[in-house]
Amino acid sequence: MSNAATFDTRTDTAIPVESPLAYSYRHSGAPRGSGYRLKLRERAMLGHLILRGGAIVLDEAVREVLGINLPGKPQALVQDASGERSIQWLSPDEWLVIVPGGEEFPLETQLRERLGDAHYAISDVSGGQTLLEISGEAARELLMKTVIYDVHPSNFPVGKGVTTVFAKATTIIRRPSEERWELVVRRSFADYCYRWLLDAGSEYGVNVEQ
Amino acid sequence: MFYIYCPYCGEHREEEEFHPKGQAHIERPKNPEECSDEEWGDYLFFRDNPRGVHHEMWVHAVGCRKFFNITRHTVSYEILETYKMGEQPSITAEGQNHSREAAAVSHQEGVRA
Repeated sequence: MSNAATFDTRTDTAIPVESPLAYSYRHSGAPRGSGYRLKLRERAMLGHLILRGGAIVLDEAVREVLGINLPGKPQALVQDASGERSIQWLSPDEWLVIVPGGEEFPLETQLRERLGDAHYAISDVSGGQTLLEISGEAARELLMKTVIYDVHPSNFPVGKGVTTVFAKATTIIRRPSEERWELVVRRSFADYCYRWLLDAGSEYGVNVEQ
Repeated sequence: MFYIYCPYCGEHREEEEFHPKGQAHIERPKNPEECSDEEWGDYLFFRDNPRGVHHEMWVHAVGCRKFFNITRHTVSYEILETYKMGEQPSITAEGQNHSREAAAVSHQEGVRA
């Protein structure tokens, strides 16, 4: 194992935690009701890790530890059978791993043990970003007027994820399944994106699940 | 708007995702200590401003955040090719001068490229 200094960002101490959208729920509300065509859900406090290094070195370790193949193709997104853990290609030497909250530190430790002195970097970015889920029949329509990237199914099939501009904010847009889209946004941009989604979605009717 | 092909992402993306970063293929003098002031100044401050084919460095700032090279025509703004860092361009000013398009442009403008 390398001698990089690591620490678990989730302590045992009982500190109240708030999702990046806690402020937004209080100030902008969370519309509910029936007759909506758009559904929003934040999946806060997940474990986000950035892996950097050579694909061959990382692939072996990731497959052993996580049981998922490292996507080698640009824009690829792979998930495990449960859909709880995913790895996304971000750049030729960079991947985003998202796992259920609390799993990221054990995973990082295991990867570091497995990778030893190889040339790589693992950064825990869980506190810096959050994941928003968009579903409903109007989800694609909303994305079409918000992002500069072509989200037509012919260009954006399931299992793809891109980093692009979402209403002026840098955002990762992923499509883990046919009906569901995911946005990985910066914590500091979460309120802006949330309010944009509420505003842009008002014509379809929005339902926010908390 | 340009629609730029990122050689690392392997697809065309909106110009909004990119930033230009100046002239490409600038080589740092191997031995700065032995450079004359003029050579060092040339390397540091002076850039080409050609009329016609120009090689530029761009970065896919919002996408994969990799630097790559673009061969661009400064008159028509047409992007002729994009290629990864460390690679050499297949389209150069010398090669382009013989092409019909460049000839037409310089004829039209009445000046030498």
